[in-house]
Amino acid sequence: MQSKHSLLLVLMIALVSFGCGRPEAGSSRSVIQNKGSDTLVNVAQAWAEAYQTVNSEVAVAVTGGGSGTGIAALLNGTVDIANSSRQIKESETASLKEGGHSPVEFVVGYDALAIFIHPDNPLNEISIEQIKNIYAEGGPFEKWSQLGVTVPGCDSDEIIRVSRQNNSGTYEYFREAVLGSGDFKHGSRDMHGSKDVVDLVMNTACAIGYSGLAYATHEVKMPCVTSVAEGACVVPTIESSIDGSYPIARPLFMYTADQPEGAVKSYLDWILSDAGQCIIQEIGYAPVSTPDCAASVQ
Amino acid sequence: MSSKSSKSGEVLDKRDLSWYVDRLAQALMFVGGISAIIFIVGIFVFVFKEGFAFILDRFDIVEFFTSINWRPTSVAKETYGALALIVGTASITGMAMLIAIPFSLGAAIYIGEFATGKTRETLKVMVELLAAIPSVVWGFIGLTIMNGVIIELFNVPIGLNVLNAGVILGLMAAPIMTTIAEDALKAVPDKYREAAEAMGATKWQVIRKVVLPAAKNGLVSAVLLGIGRGFGETMAVLMASGHSINIPGSPFDSVRALTATIAAELGETAVGSNHYGALFTLGIFLFLITFVINLTADRVVRGIRRS
Repeated sequence: MQSKHSLLLVLMIALVSFGCGRPEAGSSRSVIQNKGSDTLVNVAQAWAEAYQTVNSEVAVAVTGGGSGTGIAALLNGTVDIANSSRQIKESETASLKEGGHSPVEFVVGYDALAIFIHPDNPLNEISIEQIKNIYAEGGPFEKWSQLGVTVPGCDSDEIIRVSRQNNSGTYEYFREAVLGSGDFKHGSRDMHGSKDVVDLVMNTACAIGYSGLAYATHEVKMPCVTSVAEGACVVPTIESSIDGSYPIARPLFMYTADQPEGAVKSYLDWILSDAGQCIIQEIGYAPVSTPDCAASVQ
Repeated sequence: MSSKSSKSGEVLDKRDLSWYVDRLAQALMFVGGISAIIFIVGIFVFVFKEGFAFILDRFDIVEFFTSINWRPTSVAKETYGALALIVGTASITGMAMLIAIPFSLGAAIYIGEFATGKTRETLKVMVELLAAIPSVVWGFIGLTIMNGVIIELFNVPIGLNVLNAGVILGLMAAPIMTTIAEDALKAVPDKYREAAEAMGATKWQVIRKVVLPAAKNGLVSAVLLGIGRGFGETMAVLMASGHSINIPGSPFDSVRALTATIAAELGETAVGSNHYGALFTLGIFLFLITFVINLTADRVVRGIRRS
């Protein structure tokens, strides 16, 4: 037992010293540290890879961890760019300003928040009001029959609500856009990642869930969504989130602590150029502009 | 090596290579020996330090133990009721013990009293192998295989629930419980068994009337350590329980465990915020529970040695 502990100690020391030695090795090139939202992590990685062919002098290191983590890292000064699937909070801006920074916001794309149901579910359209009645505290909808459908394979008729953990950017956007910043009803299955939401809904006849459109698969069904004001029912697609007709599409952000300069500025400019915007579109999010993807050669 | 050290202390002049090796080994052993204490004290201080500010300014003991409203990020009003989380952890652990106690005691009795030779060795290795499966693998089995099986078998809407997490946790806790229980049975002197057999007792009578009562304390501590394992397990429970704030009415209801809540939420919480402090308060609470369980188990084992 004792020798095990000292062995562990030696291993830890070795690991720590190895970890410390690493950054110096790559310091000949400039490295942009990029961290944050799990929703954006796939896009951020694709950008980082493609940027290698644009400017091989600059390496972009991308890590996930969540929107809050990215902004916290910006606060600590450990990253150059923070990715976020929600807008920066007032408290976060305040603490950045306290540290002598003035954060700059870049909208790099849009993401439609799709509603997922099991493929056997006959429901084809759902209104924001109905979603609110399902998810919000005090909302009366507990059974699929209250929505006027009978779901094959769901004998109990119970609506199994699938949600996200309470500090994810997706959760916060959903709460703001659908629940009007009210509280969620207790008893939802709070998954730890968008992929888990899709997996659970795919395998559960009674389930309903929500996540970014990019996580949609052919194994789940996405009903079209009507907002209360207009009558039209809009299917979540890249087009409907660009033209703003899909009612629950959110902007995706990148933040820098100060006005970006040098390599960071060129990188952000490239992301917002046609080349960068074509990549985000390819992955399944809506670009901020309408890039001419056929013409742009990477 | 340590038996040599007292001798080399007397012969002071003889500082050759083996003397240095001896001293080095002593120092290493010392570091190894106290490292466990240093780590535990360090963790204790860290967890208390992080949770303490929250306990002082925001903590409401009545809300914490009686409300199910765990809404640390609410826009309207943040609430920190942990009742559903405590009940969730307790219900999963209870279900796990219902499964693990009969299995592990049965296995321990079979390995310790009946099996001989190769069967016994193979069984022991298999039981230990079961303990080597990583927690996340168990969780994945719960999420993918058990979920479907429970939906099919019981015709319930979702298979991520107390039963699923309990079965997974029971299987995870069983190996360590079996090993400790078997040690307890082995500690019963053979002369007890021989005396009972000499008086004409059958194998079953020997076990039931002589061996089990004599090993009682060790068996109780095996169960207590299993419970401690249940309270502390995180990943498998997070994946298999459904992670839903809910007071369960049946084994088919989804619940959420204390450990799983910390694991799911701590990563994205701003350091120093109320939410952060609340999660550490859950950690302190868990620490105290596990501490009491382990202390009790230790006391019970000591009871056996004294008698």
